[in-house]
Amino acid sequence: MSAKVFGSGIRRREDPRLITGTAAYTDDLVLPGMVHAVILRSPHAHARIARIDTTRAKQAAGVLAVYTAADTEASLKPMPCAWLLPNAELKIAAYPQLAKDVVRYVGDCVAVVVAEDRYQAQDALELIEVDYEALPVVVDPQKATAASAPQLHADVPGNQAFHWTVAGGDVEAAFAKAEVVVKDRIIQQRLIPTAMETRAALAKWVPATGELTLWNTTQNPHIVRFLTSLVTGVPEDKLRVVAPEVGGGFGSKIAAFPGEFLAIFCSMKLGRPVKWTETRSENYQATTHGRDHVQEVELAATRDGKILGLRCSVWAGMGAYLSTAAPGIPTILHGLMLSGPYSVPALKEDVFGVYTNTTPVEAYRGAGRPEATFMLERMLDKLSDALKIDPAEIRRRNLLPPFEDGCNVVTGLTYDSGNYQRALDKALEHISYKELRAEQARQREQKRYLGIGVCTYVEICGLGPSQVAGAIGFQGGLWESAIVRFHPSGKVNVFIGASPHGQGEETTFAQIVSSELGVDVNDVKVIHGDTESTPMGWGTYGSRTTAVGGAALATAVRKIKDKAKVLAAHLLEAASEDIEYDEGRFFVKGTPSRAKTIQDIALMANLAWNLPAGMEAGLEATSFYDPPNFVYPFGAHVAVVEVDGETGNVELKRYVAVDDCGPQINPMIVEGQVHGGVVQGVGQALWEGAVYDENGQLVTGSLLDYAIPRADTLPDIDVLSTVTKSPHHPLGVKGIGEAGTIASTAAVYNAVVDALEPFGVDNLTMPLTPERVWRAMQNATQK
Amino acid sequence: MYAPSFDYYRAGSVGEAQKLMQQHPGAKMLAGGHSLIPLLKLRLTAPPALIDIGRIPELKGITASNGTIRVGALTTHAELASSPAVKSGSPMVAEAAAQIGDAQVRNCGTIGGNVAHADPASDLPTVLLALEARFTAIGPNGERTIAAADFFQGMMTTALGQDELLTAVEVAAKKSGEGTAYVKFVHPASRYAVIGVAAVVAVKDGACSAARVAIGGLLPAAARARAVESALVGARPSTDTIAKAAALVSKDLGADVLGDIFASAEYRRAMAAVFVKRALTIAFTRAA
Repeated sequence: MSAKVFGSGIRRREDPRLITGTAAYTDDLVLPGMVHAVILRSPHAHARIARIDTTRAKQAAGVLAVYTAADTEASLKPMPCAWLLPNAELKIAAYPQLAKDVVRYVGDCVAVVVAEDRYQAQDALELIEVDYEALPVVVDPQKATAASAPQLHADVPGNQAFHWTVAGGDVEAAFAKAEVVVKDRIIQQRLIPTAMETRAALAKWVPATGELTLWNTTQNPHIVRFLTSLVTGVPEDKLRVVAPEVGGGFGSKIAAFPGEFLAIFCSMKLGRPVKWTETRSENYQATTHGRDHVQEVELAATRDGKILGLRCSVWAGMGAYLSTAAPGIPTILHGLMLSGPYSVPALKEDVFGVYTNTTPVEAYRGAGRPEATFMLERMLDKLSDALKIDPAEIRRRNLLPPFEDGCNVVTGLTYDSGNYQRALDKALEHISYKELRAEQARQREQKRYLGIGVCTYVEICGLGPSQVAGAIGFQGGLWESAIVRFHPSGKVNVFIGASPHGQGEETTFAQIVSSELGVDVNDVKVIHGDTESTPMGWGTYGSRTTAVGGAALATAVRKIKDKAKVLAAHLLEAASEDIEYDEGRFFVKGTPSRAKTIQDIALMANLAWNLPAGMEAGLEATSFYDPPNFVYPFGAHVAVVEVDGETGNVELKRYVAVDDCGPQINPMIVEGQVHGGVVQGVGQALWEGAVYDENGQLVTGSLLDYAIPRADTLPDIDVLSTVTKSPHHPLGVKGIGEAGTIASTAAVYNAVVDALEPFGVDNLTMPLTPERVWRAMQNATQK
Repeated sequence: MYAPSFDYYRAGSVGEAQKLMQQHPGAKMLAGGHSLIPLLKLRLTAPPALIDIGRIPELKGITASNGTIRVGALTTHAELASSPAVKSGSPMVAEAAAQIGDAQVRNCGTIGGNVAHADPASDLPTVLLALEARFTAIGPNGERTIAAADFFQGMMTTALGQDELLTAVEVAAKKSGEGTAYVKFVHPASRYAVIGVAAVVAVKDGACSAARVAIGGLLPAAARARAVESALVGARPSTDTIAKAAALVSKDLGADVLGDIFASAEYRRAMAAVFVKRALTIAFTRAA
């Protein structure tokens, strides 16, 4: 069976515990003597704190303590920003866990109450008296750069957190010789990640030993330990971070958050375990958001539709403070992907990171790449309109030709491998593109508005070479690690530094071991999420766990195989070079009956009764894998929508996704990732959008107002693939976690604009609510 | 999302519930909890006591007799949606109940709690208004029956007194030649009605002999669309007559059309005619 394990859609071993409700999340954990922390949050988007009086709260039933900035500032260093963009005039404003003199967004932390139970803490919270003096508010990133705009931080003039530029080729010359120029102003609206599990932390400080344990819902426990040590001063060797079951992250559980540090602070002050779990309302107000760009973009092209150059300016709302990895999202992960899968001879982009009176922004599934893909795919559709060339054809004319081992693009990146045309052809063929266009024409005659949207994309993931990480200011490495340990019985434990939280690597990583060494997949257990048992690693985000962690695992497994071969040769009294391997058996070349199974070898290695001279006992290998390059998955998506001509309601009728993530370890899991990703991108196009009013109040503060996708409003998604190996990954695999999200927003948006072609509509604001679409039709009808 | 503290009482019978209501002024009734519990968790209400009426046997059950369907106040939306008696006797009630919230909401939420709460975006008030339902309430002075037109008085306001308990809702069974339809413009997040239209029409000799149309979701309380109704009675139902009648809904809406960030008042006003038209079209098809 082993040879077939790689590539087999076996069921996820994670699912039984998840779907039967037996999995334990941070909030499920109960420790003896545990008490509860609740955070008082600012109701104002921008205000001076004139007075805080905690007297009454401290006297309330069950209350152990109430702390404000005056208590915490001496013990906790400010919130860290860990992506220090070079050459970008980066200005990191002080980000305290508890606001000191000024609150800067609705949800900013002001005080923390600790009580015996959660209800008492909540009751006491209402007894804290705070006098606020309201300050002027700005929520729009472009407006925040105006000279007259309210200033958030005294040391950040013009609210400009950074100004980052990417340029390649001669963009001025490209526009000078352009035969056609198309432009757009795009609002990449702010999104709320809405992980099913809200954020939570449980901190246990043991004064007698000076040891701190933090159970935390995070995508990267090792980074949390690293940052927690910096902020609290607890040394890393005495600091254990555990990510128990984590109920989704989508980027919102990468960053360090004040809540964790406050739980730690309280536990260290009180000597009792302190749990903090945010409510959904807090999650919406104060867990990081995503996107929030204002983009002004123009594309230069020839009359026959060949791209000459791209020029754009982006105002990226960063929120009131810079979250941990935030500066890298609208820059490195966005700007460097601006040429997409196309041949773009010249481009220039200016990105202005801007502080606004809103929740801090961070990575959100796709993180920078959807914002790049959308921009480019809009430009191609505009070009298609301007030149009356079919959208599929205009892409075909610009796609890079196939390459297997490296393609340098204008932004300075080297894509690893790609065959973009093949993916596009497959998507178009599957959906019967020509027939669909004919059907669209027929329906238009009956005043029914079918729309077809095409998106081709390439994305950067598998972050990434650590040398590059350093060069782009990421304050960490980006390698991954794995330990493979064979027990005497031949059963295997794998310990990884990455921290999957729903993606399924407990299953796929067992498949890697099984297919490489011939052990039964059920004899491999994958352990992750505890800094005390797993080797250092940088976490699960940016579609990197299989792309980097999987490579670390493959490398470790191959070390085991090398050692096993030497031991087999010794036991079989043969030369190592005469030992061959097949499906879990090591045998002497030409005499397959003279063989040792991997289980035999695991036993003999662990017993160590008869090892070759110099060989260490045990069968265990560790690998730290630093990838030589990023990986670049790609694909083509096609969406079909119907717009209700009376109401403006958009119905997504069909969706075809062709994605290429290289060889698939488990196609069922790939399909699941594509499904989830596509749906989140469709959510941005049609339903989702965080709205602040002019006073900085989050109007979409709950699931009553913020619409996330639901199964009953989605069609079946046709998931197809092509397979193009990464030339540098030991297994040839890329990443698939974000691909769907990167492509689907543009595909659906383009489909809606295409449906509205009879009305002359070429620009809409997302989400494409019925009213917005209806108004666009009304305006056009009245013209 | 942690409620303030309150005293909790469970009533075993209607009599006991009444006694508890007298003993605990300001107490709130807890039935399915799907309107009350969220308000408590957001600390938007802080009653001194909750009286749990959710297990009173007399308030449960659906009966159909003499052309009347009587639904106990504790009947859940899921029960309404699946009850053979409701589906055959008053299909629009089942049709609307099946569109409330999601499966969990329908399994817990009750008709009594729903109408007593009188959320303007709720589905059942619109339907019950069009059906001219009758509401039975019991108070210190005994039982009384309230007509739907009198029951819903405004946003989250009903004719129920502080000391009254809603016990049942009655609707007349659908007669032959009648067609009904509930059509909803669903909010993508809350699943409440942005607009809900309930239509009851009767056709005799090819002409509309009776029409009752109620519209909700966009008004502080569901209202009858009298102008639409008048235009229909006597007319021969056709695409044209239905559209013309539906357009008159703008006269019925008055000045108090609600709007929010998802759908403005102006948009809802424009969409009202579309949804009235759609409900009527289906109802006439079903009447035929």
